[in-house]
Amino acid sequence: MTTTREPQPTMTSAAAVLPPDAAGDGPRGLRQHLPVLYPAAMLLVFFVVPFGIMLAFSFFHRVQGGFYEPAFELDNYARFLTPLFVSALGFSILLCGLAATVCVALALPFTWLLGRSSVRVQTAWLVFILSVLSLSEVIVGFSWSVLLSRSAGVSNLLVALGLAAEPAAWSPSFPALLMGLCYVSLPYAVLVLYPSVVRLPSEITEAARTLGASPVRTFLTVVVPSLRRAVVATLILVFVFTLGSYLLPQLLGQPQHWTLSVLITDQAVYQSNVPFAAAIAVFLMLVSLGLIGITLLLSERGRA
Amino acid sequence: MTKPTPHSLGHLALNRRSLMKTAAAASAVGAVGLRAPFVHAQQRSLKVGTYGGYFEESFTKHIFPEFTKATGIKVDSVAEPTGEAWLVQLQTAARAGQAPADVSMMAQVAMIRGTTGELWQPLDMQKMPNAQKTIADYLNKYPDGRIAGVPAVTWYITLVTNTDVYKQEPQSWAALWDKANTKKLGLLALASNSFLLEIASETFFGGQDVLKDEAGIAKVLEKIAELKPNVALWYRDEGQFQQALQSGEIPMGQYYHDVTGLAAGEGFPVRSTFPKEGGVVDRGSWAVVKSSTRIEEAHVFIDYMSQPAAQGVLARKVGTAPTLPRQLLDLSDKEFAAVSSEKKPIIPNYQLYTTRGDWVADKWTAMITG
Repeated sequence: MTTTREPQPTMTSAAAVLPPDAAGDGPRGLRQHLPVLYPAAMLLVFFVVPFGIMLAFSFFHRVQGGFYEPAFELDNYARFLTPLFVSALGFSILLCGLAATVCVALALPFTWLLGRSSVRVQTAWLVFILSVLSLSEVIVGFSWSVLLSRSAGVSNLLVALGLAAEPAAWSPSFPALLMGLCYVSLPYAVLVLYPSVVRLPSEITEAARTLGASPVRTFLTVVVPSLRRAVVATLILVFVFTLGSYLLPQLLGQPQHWTLSVLITDQAVYQSNVPFAAAIAVFLMLVSLGLIGITLLLSERGRA
Repeated sequence: MTKPTPHSLGHLALNRRSLMKTAAAASAVGAVGLRAPFVHAQQRSLKVGTYGGYFEESFTKHIFPEFTKATGIKVDSVAEPTGEAWLVQLQTAARAGQAPADVSMMAQVAMIRGTTGELWQPLDMQKMPNAQKTIADYLNKYPDGRIAGVPAVTWYITLVTNTDVYKQEPQSWAALWDKANTKKLGLLALASNSFLLEIASETFFGGQDVLKDEAGIAKVLEKIAELKPNVALWYRDEGQFQQALQSGEIPMGQYYHDVTGLAAGEGFPVRSTFPKEGGVVDRGSWAVVKSSTRIEEAHVFIDYMSQPAAQGVLARKVGTAPTLPRQLLDLSDKEFAAVSSEKKPIIPNYQLYTTRGDWVADKWTAMITG
């Protein structure tokens, strides 16, 4: 299959914004550069500068029982490389990788079916999905912990239906946490996949059907590979999004399910150890950037 | 103008020490005062920080108006976030020469951290005759003896149970370790807010001497690890546990005596028990940030709050335990029992969470996540 036939996922390519004929002659002079300068300045002010401050803090000296002093030392990084924090990092990556996989596995067929339904149905669903986004993580977490509780949760329904002997507490637990993470990220996954799915030429699937493939087979062997880039982009988005979640692991997880983000919160808020919190955050960011790089590399190689 | 920003998850839950009132700082603009020439004396004012939510609401309703009536000093109430987020904000603001609040109610670990960083203005006890009568153990001092903080309120963490599930009232903290209570407990998630190290020492090691060195602390941590199978929820957020306790979802645990009493008063099947080893007494202190320019007004306020009458109002209306010895107060037995106890309390070893803080926090996290 040639690459040019693939629709461009919206997230990855800024060039898609420009009209195709503008690609040949680039912008000239300050005025034409202005549209680029603005986002560049925003990126500098709201990302590069704060990250620089965080990076600087991560080398500061922690005063036990006090605050911190400007310094350049590697103690915070050394402390991170202890079993407690390294295992939390490993768990966070596994959890968020799993959440991303489950979430995309649910979102992709859903979005595919959504893309094939009428405009009215699509609009209704998209409005509903957007309204789910308005719920904060706290509300989502508390609601799920009630829904999964022994005294008021869904397990009581199973008892009423005679499917279970007695109600059970399903939260806090690993499945509860995984479900919570998938719940908050599913709308994002659908919204990111949606443009690529609706832009997928219908001839592709029609051809597959004409050649005798079943709908399921068409989805798995034609649709999914065609949407590969969008799928990878969505996996990365959900992975990074859930990696930052620090409320749900506390609300729906046991202590062994606390992610690195929870430990960062503990250090920054409860232990007043901003330098160490910064060091963990820098480490988390480097590791996730590394993983994203590997994922992109592998998916590019897979296409060749 | 500074508004406390949400840092902990606590601020969104429906409970008292945690709930944030974001609107509180809005009135600070008015505090600057109109500089109209006919105003013969610019009204004196003071920004006072208390824990957002129930505390801040109660102080605004029951305390500040009376204070203004008595002294002519207008109070601008500031809602503080819980945890040490407020300390970080005060410290950052002080570096920039600003004071988000002149007087703040501070938790003890934050108080000690601020003392190490010289964040608090020394207070003059000579200017505060009422504050001199507060329980001496509760004063916060700099190493050279200067006063850094005066007790504002105290409160107890006790053994709480759901009365539908536990007909029999437990008598000792040892109930937390009872194998019959598997998956029944809600406990605070951090060493520095659960005080379980102190509770375990008093219950099983004959006092807190065992916490003097790291080997002793490790032994106590091992003892606490034994109760892990009993814990259904390690909570950072009070709202999470209170709801579960009231519904019987998690029928036993540690919680705040005053809030539990209020819930029982509203008809929920809960009770608070001072175990034979004592309840844990924690406290908030008044401290004045070094960047504040209203030190005179701050002294007037702190002294006013230390009066027996003001402590009585706090006990009756806010539900905090008094900072003064019982004989100075006019509380009835019932009113006193609602907030406090004459049983010897367990006083937390705050040094554990400051000078040894990082070591204890890491060992603790490893113990409960392991």
